[in-house]
Amino acid sequence: MNGEMVLRGRLWVLKQDGRLFSDIDTDMIYHNAHLAVTETEKMGQYAFGNLEGYQNFADMAEPGDLVLAGDNFGSGSSRQHAVDCFKALGVQAVAARSFGAIYKRNAINSGFPIIELPGLPDGTFTHHAMAELDLMEGTLTSGDRSFRGNPISRVARDIYIAGGLFQYAETLKGGR
Amino acid sequence: MGRTLIEKILSSHGGGECGSGDVIWLEIDNRTARDFAGASVVANLERYGGDDPVADPGKTFFTFDCNVPANTIPYADNQQRIRNFARSRGLKVYDVDAGIGSHVVIEDKYGKPGTTTVGTDSHLNIMGSVGAFGQGMGDVDIAFAFKTGKVWFEVPPSVKVTLEGMPARGTEAKDVALAMLGRFREHELLGKSVEIYGPWADQATLSDCITLSSLATEMGAIIALIPPNDNVLKYFGMDRDEAVYADPEAVYEGEHILDIDGLAPMIAAPPSPSNVHPASGMADVKIDGVFIGSCTNGTYEDLKYAAELLTGRKVAPGVMLKVVPATRAAWSRLLSEGHLKTIFDAGGIVSNAGCGGCASGQIGMTGTGEVQVSTSNRNFRGKQGKGETYLAGIGTAVASAVMGSIATVHDLPEVQA
Ligand code: SF4
Repeated sequence: MNGEMVLRGRLWVLKQDGRLFSDIDTDMIYHNAHLAVTETEKMGQYAFGNLEGYQNFADMAEPGDLVLAGDNFGSGSSRQHAVDCFKALGVQAVAARSFGAIYKRNAINSGFPIIELPGLPDGTFTHHAMAELDLMEGTLTSGDRSFRGNPISRVARDIYIAGGLFQYAETLKGGR
Repeated sequence: MGRTLIEKILSSHGGGECGSGDVIWLEIDNRTARDFAGASVVANLERYGGDDPVADPGKTFFTFDCNVPANTIPYADNQQRIRNFARSRGLKVYDVDAGIGSHVVIEDKYGKPGTTTVGTDSHLNIMGSVGAFGQGMGDVDIAFAFKTGKVWFEVPPSVKVTLEGMPARGTEAKDVALAMLGRFREHELLGKSVEIYGPWADQATLSDCITLSSLATEMGAIIALIPPNDNVLKYFGMDRDEAVYADPEAVYEGEHILDIDGLAPMIAAPPSPSNVHPASGMADVKIDGVFIGSCTNGTYEDLKYAAELLTGRKVAPGVMLKVVPATRAAWSRLLSEGHLKTIFDAGGIVSNAGCGGCASGQIGMTGTGEVQVSTSNRNFRGKQGKGETYLAGIGTAVASAVMGSIATVHDLPEVQA
């Protein structure tokens, strides 16, 4: 994850009742019972621990995996844990039709790539197939299916390449 | 293509030719942190920056506005930690005597029309009152702003709201803001930059503008921008061509018209600021207390008006009236002009400058079953305690204090000469 712009990995297509899972809030991603945890490495085990049908995600996930969800991913509270738990597992990125506003800020600040795929139809992608997420193009591709969403913004790219907001601040030193 | 007011401000602060949806690195003129979350900003800076200086000490400061002076040991600890950090980096602290940070930023003319300000206060979008950008953010973002002088920001879509007509006599800025909340509720303006136009906005005082813009947060808006009118320009000693305005051919995502002609005093009943009703006709609601102050209604003009209405009148027996000027400068002027004595003589309690009414540990708290009329901006369950909070303007707050139940200025009995 050293600022790669094309990420390849196995795709988790999160579904509820046969459709892309929408409104996955921060309690479903990382339950508030575990907020006292401060070391990122220990957060992975709780990822999706409260998401119906995916409680075993932490055991099944492999480094390099990609996650795909529906609308409004990460709505709810401002907890950073809901981003960092994926980094801890080595999940490379989350793509979704849309994201909660605070989640988006937290993900970008922590240098975790998220890609918006507005209007992505249900059933476009197959669960656990290999997929390719092109951050610069904002495109998700798997087999002969491809969907183009919003490319990563310049700001998100700057922070992602640096590895986080404060790491990006270091790169500004001397240059400004 | 023409640009909206926020697009023009953001464009001139590093955004280039930016429009709605663009994510930009934004240059910040004023970076602040308050006593809430300020200690976390310091912790982030120490963790990531060691002994590094901040980007521009002259534009970076702390404001203590929440617990002033500190009334618990943890608050005192946090404030002292901030003072020590500020001393070591040469940063100014508006200490526990100064008042609400967002008001101080305007009062000391840092937050001029067209400028950008960020801080840890969720009501910093109050800068919209002077046609400037302001935004509250988390401690990580604000630490980054201290360190680098910039933050990243997604340019929000702009909508235009035209307020048509003029409210009735005895109706205030707060009533206009409540009328907007009643109409748009929490969702219609969600995530938008709102520009306010119309005859009322053209003649509003700076204090009126502050009241209206302070409620943008409750409307879910990013900011409510009022293009600087003559009153605001005069305050800053600026000409029209020194301020920023939307292009005439600017394109908005939506345009709304709200008729406020003849508007009467309004009130927001618990449990939300958008649960708005006419304030008359609620006389059967008996009250225990009244809070006058906050970033919404704590200016010199607001409290002077309260004192005028209290002249020759008394707070009803059994009712507490708590009054908190927003800043030390407002306090000082109200003191020297005798308004605080008027409030005191009527039975009011005047506290030190600051927020006062919002959180636990401040003086606006309520107990179970306690009914309070407040001029602040939030009445969610549990926010100000276990009681029931009604949000209203100065006139309704004073009249309710005098009558002992919810009343408007029009219900006040004549003062016997
Ligand atoms: S008065 Fe209340 S809402 Fe306003 S800045 Fe202070 S704490 Fe926030």
